[in-house]
Amino acid sequence: MPIIKVDHLVKKFGNITAVDDISFDVDEGTIFGFLGPNGAGKTTTINILCTLLSPTSGNASIAGHDCMGEPSEVRKAIGIVFQDSTLDKDLTAYENLMFHARLYNVPKSEMKERIHEALMFVDLNDRKDDLVKKFSGGMKRRLEVARGLIHRPRVLFLDEPTLGLDPQSRANLWEFITELPRRHKVTIFMTTHYMEEAEVCDRIAIIDNGRIIVSGTPDELKKTVGGDVVSITTTDNLTARKEIENLLKLDVAEKGNELYMTCNRGDTCIPELIRSLGDKVLSVKVQRPTLNDVFLKLTGKTIRDEEINSGDSVRESIRAYRRKH
Amino acid sequence: MEFNAIYVIVAREFKKFIREKSRLFSAIARPLLWLFIVGSGMSRLVPGSAGVSYTQFIFPGIIGMTILFSAIFSSISIIWDKEFGFMKEILVAPVSRLSIVIGKALSGTIISTIQAVIILALFPFLGFHPGILQIIAAIFICASLAFCISSFGIVIATFYDSYESFSVIMNFIIMPMFFLSGAMYPVKLLPAILQIAAKLNPLTYGIDAIKHVLLPAETGQMGPDFSILTSLMVIVVTSVVFVLIGGRAFERKE
Repeated sequence: MPIIKVDHLVKKFGNITAVDDISFDVDEGTIFGFLGPNGAGKTTTINILCTLLSPTSGNASIAGHDCMGEPSEVRKAIGIVFQDSTLDKDLTAYENLMFHARLYNVPKSEMKERIHEALMFVDLNDRKDDLVKKFSGGMKRRLEVARGLIHRPRVLFLDEPTLGLDPQSRANLWEFITELPRRHKVTIFMTTHYMEEAEVCDRIAIIDNGRIIVSGTPDELKKTVGGDVVSITTTDNLTARKEIENLLKLDVAEKGNELYMTCNRGDTCIPELIRSLGDKVLSVKVQRPTLNDVFLKLTGKTIRDEEINSGDSVRESIRAYRRKH
Repeated sequence: MEFNAIYVIVAREFKKFIREKSRLFSAIARPLLWLFIVGSGMSRLVPGSAGVSYTQFIFPGIIGMTILFSAIFSSISIIWDKEFGFMKEILVAPVSRLSIVIGKALSGTIISTIQAVIILALFPFLGFHPGILQIIAAIFICASLAFCISSFGIVIATFYDSYESFSVIMNFIIMPMFFLSGAMYPVKLLPAILQIAAKLNPLTYGIDAIKHVLLPAETGQMGPDFSILTSLMVIVVTSVVFVLIGGRAFERKE
């Protein structure tokens, strides 16, 4: 059963359309990835879902409650880790969690227990009495995730959770995020512009310029690119090429001294190749398509190009619009 | 209204106030400078009337100033919270916007009242001899005024998103409010146009009420400008209005 329902959502800031008629559902207990370059509309969508913004038109609901009509019910059902830290740096880790627990009316008898559990879970229990301003970026992010879980939300939003973290903290955080649905019975809605990070998602929607251009499981999306690229080197490329074309009915391209072909499943294609070519084969390489390839295929640009060009300018325009109103 | 939320918002501000010793120190230093330097300088120029010296006359005003600065500073910490993100943590919580405003206003009230009471405690050095009831009444007025100015500060804070606006607030709101409050000179002696401005200023009524309590009944020109009932009514009514406006402003979503 879907726990998040979004139906023809539109959000305009003046004449900028930040979110342009998007619809999607997220099933309970899954990890949903919202992918796209900066400025694509991911954060605006999150802000609408978590009741901070009203949409221009369309509907959104979480756990059966309308995000506009019943904001209080929605707020009870969600936890959020924003892109920028929302911790109070002048309070200790423990105080930040205590503040949250009281704000969400966690029963007094369970408060200490839950805070302790959360601190253990993110491995910050020995730093609980330190001021947050002394924490590293990774520690702050972990503390925020822990805080977001204290009131036992049904949906946890993570907006670019690994932005600005070093590779090791990123890896740690991912390990921990992927455990959440099982350990805390929570649905994860996350955004990222690192395509490789979205591999852990059960479902993905790719958003560009405010529109969802494709959605599905990571494997489904990668299949749209056209399969795995297999490259081989042989003792005799000319004969090998003819044999592959005749026997396996695959298109072969030659670049350098390597032969390239695209097949649906690289893992079953390789044994066939070796069977047909025998000991002519010197080396075999399989490259699975990445989500970056999916984005490239659908938009004709890589996410990084996009990031430099339009993302920042859209953000700037929205900020300028907000300042005026 | 959620009492848990109000309590935790107040507790947070109070904890931070206690941790920042320098804030309390400078909050106390400012009124002392005005009282003992400006006050003793001016009293050479301004003769007292009916046994009230100039320094005694400005004492209620200086208490009002202490409240003005600390209540507004406390409320515009909302701008800091917006800038550093913490406000979002509060806004996505299942808490009514009115509770947030009341929590913030009570934080300012408590912190400002503590500072006002410290200044009020200087009365023996200024030749005042109030009875216990007068002291209790003065503290009660300070707390009401602090709530009123704090909620006014919240309304101000909803208009600004970054602390660059701080000097604007300082120069165009706090200072004019202080100078047009009857703190340094009686409102009735001001030119007509400035009298109107002073009468629109809630601080005027708070200081006026403190004058009623601390100054002797017959003080001529240096006495209060309004009846005590008028002053107290204005403080209560404007407090309610500011809280409601603040609640509405927080409710606003684009």
